[in-house]
Parts: sequence; C-alpha cells; structure tokens
Amino acid sequence: MIVLPLAKRLITTAITGLAVTCLTLAACQPATAASPDHPDPATIARGQYLARLADCEACHTAPGGMPFAGGRPFEIPGMGTLYASNITPDPASGIGAWSDDEFVRAVRAGISPGWKHLYPAMPYQDYARMTPDEIRAIRAYLTTIKPVARKPPANAIRFPFSIRAIMIGWNLFNGPSSSYPDDPSHTPQWNRGRTLVEGPGHCAECHSPRNLTMGTSHSHAYAGAITAGWTAYNLSSDLKSGLGSWSDEALNAYLTTGHANGHGTAAGPMAEVISYSLRFMTQSDRAAMITYLRSLAPQPSAESQDHSAGPTQAALARGASLFAGACSGCHLTTGAGRQIDFATISGASTLKDPDGHNLIQVILEGSQLTTDQGQISMPRFGAGYSDGDLSDIAAYTLLTLGKTRPAFDTNAVSTIKNSK
Amino acid sequence: MLTVRVNNTDYQADVTPDTPLLWVLRDVLGLTGTKFGCGIAECGACTVHLDGKAVRACSLPVGLLNGRPVTTIEGIGNDPLAQAVQKAWMDIDVVQCGYCQPGQIMSAIALLRDNPHPTDTDIDAAMSGNICRCGTYLRIRQAIHNAAGLSA
Amino acid sequence: MNTPATPSRRHFLAGATGLIVAGLLPKRRAFSRPSEFYQGPLVENTDPAFTPNAYIRIAPSTIPGDSGITLILPNVEMGQGIYTGAVTLIAEELNVDPDQVALEAAPPDDAYVAADMGTQATGGSTSTIFEWTTLRQAGAAARLLLTQAAASRWNCPISDCTTRQGRVLHTPSGDSFAYAELATDAATLPVPKTIPLKPAKDWTLIGRSRHRVDSRAKVEGRPLFGIDIRVPDMKHATVAACPVMGGTPGDMDRDAALRTPGVHAVLTIKNAVCVVADHYWAAKKGLEALAITWNEGPNASIDTHRIYSELHAALAEPKPIIAKSKGDAAAAMTRAASRYEATYQQPLLAHAPMEPINCTIHIRPDSADVWVGTQVPMWARDSVADIADLPKDKVRLHCQYIGGGFGRRLEYEYVTQAAQFAKQVPYPLKIVWSREEDLTLDRFRPAYVDRLRAGLNTQGRIESMEFRVVGPAVVARWEPAGLSPNGFDEDLAAAISITPYTFPASRLDYVRREAPGVVTAWWRGVGGTRGLFVVESFIDELALRAGADPVAYRRELIRDQPRARTVLDLAAEKSGWTTPLPKGHGRGVAVQFLFGSYLGTIIEVDMTEPKEVRITRVTVAVDCGQPVNPDQIRAQIEGGMIFGLGTTLFNEITLSKGRVQENNFNLWRIMRMNEAPPIEIHIVQSTEEPGGIGETGTAAAAPALANAIAAASGHRLRTLPLLPALKGA
Repeated sequence: MIVLPLAKRLITTAITGLAVTCLTLAACQPATAASPDHPDPATIARGQYLARLADCEACHTAPGGMPFAGGRPFEIPGMGTLYASNITPDPASGIGAWSDDEFVRAVRAGISPGWKHLYPAMPYQDYARMTPDEIRAIRAYLTTIKPVARKPPANAIRFPFSIRAIMIGWNLFNGPSSSYPDDPSHTPQWNRGRTLVEGPGHCAECHSPRNLTMGTSHSHAYAGAITAGWTAYNLSSDLKSGLGSWSDEALNAYLTTGHANGHGTAAGPMAEVISYSLRFMTQSDRAAMITYLRSLAPQPSAESQDHSAGPTQAALARGASLFAGACSGCHLTTGAGRQIDFATISGASTLKDPDGHNLIQVILEGSQLTTDQGQISMPRFGAGYSDGDLSDIAAYTLLTLGKTRPAFDTNAVSTIKNSK
Repeated sequence: MLTVRVNNTDYQADVTPDTPLLWVLRDVLGLTGTKFGCGIAECGACTVHLDGKAVRACSLPVGLLNGRPVTTIEGIGNDPLAQAVQKAWMDIDVVQCGYCQPGQIMSAIALLRDNPHPTDTDIDAAMSGNICRCGTYLRIRQAIHNAAGLSA
Repeated sequence: MNTPATPSRRHFLAGATGLIVAGLLPKRRAFSRPSEFYQGPLVENTDPAFTPNAYIRIAPSTIPGDSGITLILPNVEMGQGIYTGAVTLIAEELNVDPDQVALEAAPPDDAYVAADMGTQATGGSTSTIFEWTTLRQAGAAARLLLTQAAASRWNCPISDCTTRQGRVLHTPSGDSFAYAELATDAATLPVPKTIPLKPAKDWTLIGRSRHRVDSRAKVEGRPLFGIDIRVPDMKHATVAACPVMGGTPGDMDRDAALRTPGVHAVLTIKNAVCVVADHYWAAKKGLEALAITWNEGPNASIDTHRIYSELHAALAEPKPIIAKSKGDAAAAMTRAASRYEATYQQPLLAHAPMEPINCTIHIRPDSADVWVGTQVPMWARDSVADIADLPKDKVRLHCQYIGGGFGRRLEYEYVTQAAQFAKQVPYPLKIVWSREEDLTLDRFRPAYVDRLRAGLNTQGRIESMEFRVVGPAVVARWEPAGLSPNGFDEDLAAAISITPYTFPASRLDYVRREAPGVVTAWWRGVGGTRGLFVVESFIDELALRAGADPVAYRRELIRDQPRARTVLDLAAEKSGWTTPLPKGHGRGVAVQFLFGSYLGTIIEVDMTEPKEVRITRVTVAVDCGQPVNPDQIRAQIEGGMIFGLGTTLFNEITLSKGRVQENNFNLWRIMRMNEAPPIEIHIVQSTEEPGGIGETGTAAAAPALANAIAAASGHRLRTLPLLPALKGA
C-alpha cells in the first residue's frame, strides 16, 4: 500500500538528496545508549492502541510469519526490494537495543540508530504528527511483544537508491515538520480527526495523488490515487466518486468491519488497514475521523481513459459461465453474498470503475480481511484460468453486477501483467 | 458457547465465533454428511441450507449465523422435494465416489425450491459452483430435470 | 434416541453406538442405526457361521429384511462402481438378491492379492478383470455347499434342489430353506475343487444395468468415508509438512499454537508438524499460530522449468534403454522415402480427489486400529506396524469408502505420517489435511517428454516408428520388483507397444530421468493416459501430412484388429464423422486398446471465437468385452472423459523455489457442469473376457481433443495443458 509512491519519489529526488547528504551528516551526533525502563500497563495499552492506529503490524509482519518480526517484501519497480524491519524486542535482530530516543527519532524523523536514513515506505513524515510521548508509548508496547531472533533478508536496492542518505534531500521537500498545532477554527473533534487521518492513519499516502516531487499532493488532497496497483478511492466529499454519497452510518460500518451495505467490502491494502488498524479504533476516534473526512473539500477523481472497445458479447458470455463456476460460491450469480454480507459486491466502488482496476486486482491477488467474526478471504485466481478468462470474468462482473460499461477487453489482464 | 439451530434442534457448541459452520457440523455435532472439500467456497461439497438457501458451510463463521436455521443432508428426509431429488439421483445412479453428492443435492433442492422447472441454463448457473471430480455432471443435470418432473 | 440391540455377528461401523463420540451437545446423531437392513455402510465380521471362501459369509440374522449374507469385496470402492460389480458377480452364481447382501471391505490379507499386482491393490483398471472368474467361482462354490446342506436335511438327491433369491428349494415338495438357515450345516462340508459356472444364457444379473449398491447411502449423506470416522476419545488434527521436499521444520511459536482455544498438542516428526485439537478448525488455527519457518534444504531452488529442461536434454541421450523392438526400425527408417518427427511435453499432475487426504489412527502399546481409505491396504497396515513396532496381526486396518482415488491412494505415505504422529499420543487421532496440503504435498503424475519419429513411404504410410520416452519410472519407487531387468517401467509401453496398430518395424527407447523436488506417482489412466496422447496425436499428424482422412488412415493401421475397427467405425458413424462442419469447427479422433478394452472416441469442437475452444460433443464406442453392468460402463466413460478433458485443458503443477504453486481449486481448475460437453456412449455387445473401464475415458480425452483443435484451427498443440498453448496460439 505504500510501495509505488516511494519508488517514484526516490527517482525524482535522488540527485538533490545526494547533494545535501554530506552537509547534514556532518551535523549529526550519535544517540545516547538504551536503557528501557518497565512501563506501566496503562502506557502499554495506550501504546498498543497507537500502534494499531499507525498500522505497524501490517507492514512489519511477513505473510505467515511472526507478528512484528518484519521480512515482508515490498517490491519497487526500478528500485528493488525492501524488506520490513524486525521491530520485536530482540536485541540483535529487532529493536531491543534501541533507546527510547532512538526509537522516537526513527519513527518521527526517519532516522534509525547509526544515522541510517529510513526509506519513506515507513511513513515517518506522517507519524511525526504523533507526540514523542505517544511514540514512547508505542515503544513500551513493542517491548511486550515476543522477541524474534531472526533478521529479515537484506534489502536488494539498486544504486543510487541504495544510498540511504539520499532521503535527506527528499525530506527537505516532503519530510516532517517539527510541530502540528491544532486549528482553533475547528472543533476539538475535527482536530482529533485530522490528527488520526494525517498522522498515525497516514491515509494520504495512498489516497492522495502525488505532487511534482512525489510527495502527497495538498492541492488535490484525498482525490484518490493508484498505489501498488490498487486504486485508493477518493476520500473527499465529492458526491460522484468521493465519500459525499456515503451516510455516516455506512462510513462507520465500513471503518469498523470493512463492509458497508451497498458499498461493498474493503479489499487488498484497505482490507489490511481495516484488519490491523481501523477496526480497533474507539467509537469516539472513529466519529472524529468521520468528521474530518467529511470536511475534506470535494475533489473530482481523475476520469477513466476509455481505451478499448470493451468486451464482446462472446467474452461476456464466457465471463458469465466462468463466474457461475469460480465466483458463485461466494457471490451467487447476482453479486449478493451467498453466505455472508462481506461477499456482497453489488454497489461497491470497485464495480463502478470502468477500468475495473481493483476488480482485476482482487481477482489476481485475492484479499484477506480480518473481522471480529474471523478471517474473510477471497482467493486469488491464476493458473488454470487464462488471462483472457480472468478479463472476461471482470468484464461480466462489471457490466452485469456493477451496471458499469467496462472500458477494457479480453486483453486487460495480460496488459496489467505485462506492465508489472 | 454459541447456539446453532440445525435440523430443527438447538445445539450448544463451545467454539470461537470465527469457526466455520462446517466444522461445528462435522466435528462438534457429528453431522458428517456435509463434506469438507476446499475450505474456500470453490467446490460446494459443504453446501447446506441457511434459511432455505444453499450456502457453503466452510465459509460461514458460526458467529454470523444470528439464530438463522441450518438444514443439512441429514435433516431433509421428510421434505417431499428433497425426497424427489434423492429418488431422482438413485433412479439414474448419479453417484460415483459420492463425496460431493450431499452438496450437489443440497444445491439442487435449493434450486428447485426457487425454480421448480429449471432449464439447462438455469441448472448450469445454479450448479456450476459444485465440483464433482468423478465428472457426474451430465447425470446431475438429468436428475434435476427428472426431480422437477417427479415433484410437479 | 434408542436403537435396537446390535446383532452379534455384525458390527455396523457407521452407526454402531460404541463408535459415536461422547459429548455431543445434545446427544443426537446424524442417523439412527437402521432398524431394518440397510445396504451401503460397510459391516465388519465378528462371528461367521459359514465362510466357504474369502468372499462370502453367511449367518442367521435378526435384522428384519437381512438375508444374513455378507459379501467381502476384494477391491476398494472409490467411485468406479466395483462394489456393485463384485456383488453382481457373486450374486449371479450364488443366486441371491444383490440388494439383500451386506457389504464388507476386504481387510488386508494375502487372500485378496491379485497375482499380477504384487500386493492387495485396487488400480490400473484391473478389478473387474481379476474378479470376473474369482468371484463367480466363489459364489458358485457357496451355492453348491448350501445346496448339499439342504439336500442332506431333506435327505434327497441334489438334483431335487434348486436355488433362487437366497433360498434352496426342494422342487418336489416346494419346501425351502433360507441360506442363513443352512449356514451352520454348510460350514461342515468340504469345499469342492472344481466348480461349474453358469452358462451365459442363464445369467440374470451379468450384462444388465443394475443400480449401484451404494447409491442410497451416498445420496443420504451417510458416514461412509474415512473422513467421516468418529471413534470414542478421538481428537482432531491437521498437519503441515515442509512444502519443499526434503526440508524440515525450523523455528515455530509453540506457545502461540497452544494458546489457541481448543488446541491440545503440537507434535513434530522429521519433516512435518501436527496440531491436535478439539476440532479441525482449532487445529488449523493452531497451525497458523505456529508460524513455522522451514529449513528448506537442497530442493529450494527447483522450478518446473528445470524439470522440463532436463527432460528435453535427455532426448539426446546416446544410450537409452531399448525397451521394445520389432524388426529393424533403424534400417527401415533409413530406407524410408521421408521421415517425420515431433516432440510432445506433458506436465506434472495432481490427483485432487474431492475427499482430502485423511487418516484416523489409534496406536496402543499392544495393538493399533487404522480407519482409512486406501488402494493398498496391506502396505498401509504394514507401514503402521513398522512405525508402531507392532506385529502386523496386531494392527487392524478398516478400509473405508474412498471419496475419489485416481491413484492418490495407491500411495500410503499419509498413513505412515499419521502413525508417526499417533504413536506420540495415547488417544485416537483423526488427521485431516487441508486442501492446500493435499495439493502441494501430493505425489504427482510425472512430467514427460516424448519424441516420435516415423519413416514413411511415398504415400505417407508408416514403414518404421521410433518412440523415445523420457521421464521417471514410477514403478521403481512404488514396487521396485516391478522394474524390468533392463531398467524399463513396463507401464510406459501402454499405448505404444500395447496398441491396436501394426507397424512394419518399431522401437521404443526409454531414458529414465527422475524429477527433482517431487515424488512421482500413478495417476488415472497410468501409462495409457500419457502414451495415448503422444501416439494418437502423432498418428493424426501423419494422417494430415499424408492428406488422408484421420479415421481412414487409422483404419488401415488396424486392419487385422476387428474389435478396434468396430469401435472406430461405430464412433465415426455415430458422430457423423463424414458430415461436413462449418468453418471453425472440427472433429478429432482417437482409437485405443488399453486395460483390455477398446475405445473409439470422436470429439467435436467449436473454435469460431479466437483462442477459445468449446467442446460441443463427445462420441465414444466401447468394446470392453462382456459387460457386467452397462450403465456403470457408461458412467465411468462419462466421468473419466470429463476428468480427462478438464485436466487436458487446465492442469499443470508448477514449482517455484521448490514449492508447488497450485494449492486449491482457485488455481487448480476443475471442469464444471457448464463446461461439460454432452457425451454419448455406444457399447458393443461382446462375449470376450471383460476389460477394465475406469481409466479408458480419461486416456481418450487429450488426444481426441488436441486432434479436434488441430482440425478446427490448424494449430497442432503438442504441449499439455492446452489452455496456455491455445491462448498463446
């Protein structure tokens, strides 16, 4: 969910970054040694809550691996593969040897011990909105996690991106400020909502388009963007493609469970955000988040580029047949959830996008959503189904269940695969 | 303890709410007629009725049942439509290994309840979510037509 | 719910009170034990009165409607209808109502070993061939003894007695005894050496379509399968073996697994872990919580590409095994007016039966019980005895109905694995594999590369044929004694040497290459499925090259094989072979002699949509010798054909970094109802010895379909599965 923008940012800022690095390095001083104390349960609980708001676990856990032990790969086209770090308290492989100050600096400034500059896959520029005290609470919580003595694989990053110090340059344009005062013209609830959305929630990282330096756009904030192949939808108040058409009730349900009747179910990266983060929010934080989101100025989404004649009748017929076989077990042939509401796809934003972006994505990658009732999964479809088969399924789904004319044909999946 | 209503009987099951109905039926209640095939709702071997509709028990957490009644292959014996379907299955010996057939039959009953005289296309749409590895599809389709005649 | 007292002589496995797990909430069961005779669920003998041979037990019964007759069925039922066939053969000679006999699965015992199988095994479409004489003789022997027992009671000559519907009748008086009433007397009589069998004209059962003996129990969802077994104090478990062959479990979070609600234990063996719980789901959650890191070992770099490369490279092997030779193929090849060659590639295949792998097992200090679906019960039992360090006779193996075999249960490594876990705990353990485990830890049909070369005369007719097969020798692992002294796996000669075709000269070379990173195994149709695809594709290529009609070209090659010609001609006629088709449509043909049966198959396809193939019609003519049950012959060909067509189009196991990638039905696509073509089957009346049928349709599918695609589109596809090649064509 945080992969593609990073790559683009790095590409544009590599040169400036290199220039600034040497100057900044000279001014750096090593941090003092660690001495973790024994935090009280209230602090730990607060830290767990904040860690969830910040969605730490999703990125710092490999698929099927131990929580927070890192190792999750992030493949960045043109740059290489980053592996999330181990943030368990193991002293050698994790962050057990870090001082609290070192931890705070890593999370808020993107600089880990030894003056190692983090790549902004770690959204420190957003986390800086959390106070040092809050970050220390997160640290306190992380000390209670089972230590895992296993180092993630080394990053496989190409030169010049392998020089971490180039991030210093990027930080000049897009990096964190030193403080984030409340806006007195708004209610405390709105201000809390802003903190959640802009800070630990780091929503803009996926939902805002990028500016020229590949930081998140402020002029088109939350207008939606494509990240790691998935469309993060428009969160602004736009009536057509934003949250303008959502009731508070629907938003509340979506943020709590990942599903809202008539709006479909979170999938892909958003399903992770619900699973590891949003579903743990308190009711008042959720209300604050909704209040803030409601206040976002309407931003039209980028219009679809209608680039193909769309599917043929034969392709749609094949799609219908394939859907009845491969998809009806969960979605019936009507798009209604067969056994659970989570599988009701009618009304989903995904079925209103003529490009079928997330629809094809979820067919190819599947999705996992954790709820209080357990794991809700969609399997990925691949081997055995040709690219054409999968494109036809998507076209049929969009037209028949989403009442949206597909702007793609039988070659859509091949095109997407080839572009990766 | 969760309460599940299966075949007109209330059962208490000491399971977590994320437990799929399938495993409550098979391993807790001993109703093994409902089969495990894939665990991802791709094969239909675990098809049961929830409020009379065909659902995949492997992908239905019991915590989401909310008191709605479940009927399994073991609980359909007195239903005339179900009897007609089972008779139609036996009349033309649909089964081979038979493992998927309780799920096929539960899907077929639900189809005929909604659509007493389905066409081939209707049958294919309703039944293609049920895999049969032995390849008994042609006989299943025929048996559904025959059952529609029997129960008419 | 009360149940009548259990009769002493039978133990209704599925319904017996003692086998139901205590602690159900409330204490109810799926089914009450039938108060009347109910055919289908397997019984186990406890008190035989009359056992004339290994296949029949007769004793008085108190169950209403029960004849007291139990037939012990030597081959396991996995869908192929062999129980119905076996009952038919015995009942025909015994003169009993086939619906009134109880069914018992043969326990592991030398008595049930067919000579050419080497062990007690169900596979290779051999069951009917083995049972045809054996079981009729068993029935006839029992009937003779029962008749003698009645005659001595009536003190009359045997010629005054007849048998009908499970009774011996005294013709002059009209008196009669039920067989069960004569059981004790008959048990004292010596078993005759030579037994006259009924002439075919007197048959009342053989050759007529009969309902399956297991239909009712299966449509009612009775507990029949291994996975349905429930025994007292049993715990549920699921396993994960290292997904890379040869690897071992590394780090794991046992505490997290044991904290999972319902989890009791985490067991480990060399290459796998097992989580024991109150039910499968808890075990599965526990397994996830373990978050195992595997030590992947030396196979972690294997991928499918490497397997194929090694097979293709071996085509150049200068010293192959010369497996079969007729005439001087090389000289004839040199003399030929022209030569033609083609190379074919076939993938690794999983079995994916609907019933995932499972085994229920209880190992005690002095004995053990195993409830399992297996095609090799003796090997499975012996393996448990070995692991548990028990004498073989202290291990009781209870064969269950199998929810699809296709060769998967000719392997018993899952029984060995279950025993290794079960011996670590005092209670019975029911191990069920997830579908993901079932597919990725399957033992696969090997990948093969075949190169065929023909020497042709000026009319394009065959003067010489050279076959080169490259791939594993499954038999070398499965039963090393089965490997020929020269290192050839005879199974690979199927459809090449065992063929209706007569070639003037031919040679079959074999280059053995075992696939790295996987275990290879038998698969439905065994050598016939792989061999027929290459031979029938190649013959088709030669026919088209000669400008000949593919049916006519084949007819010349089988001119001295009347049974093959009959099925080929019948299939051609019924399919309307000579009727022209619209553009974009095509018909493909295959003819075969496999498993003792002849098939002619015509498949018709519609390829008017680019890169798409729609199978519109399948026509099969079959001569499998004397039909035992024509409707079940049809059922096997229908099902085998759909099984083969789906596989031909969609299926290929691939490895990446040593791991199998296709792990559930979202990636291992199975043909579904809306893709299944209409199939018509024409059975040739025959009085020849019966052949096997369960694998014939599967073998026919690939070549007939590939030939149809070539006819419709001009594209000759020599690599399976067809879908990727087709879409790329």
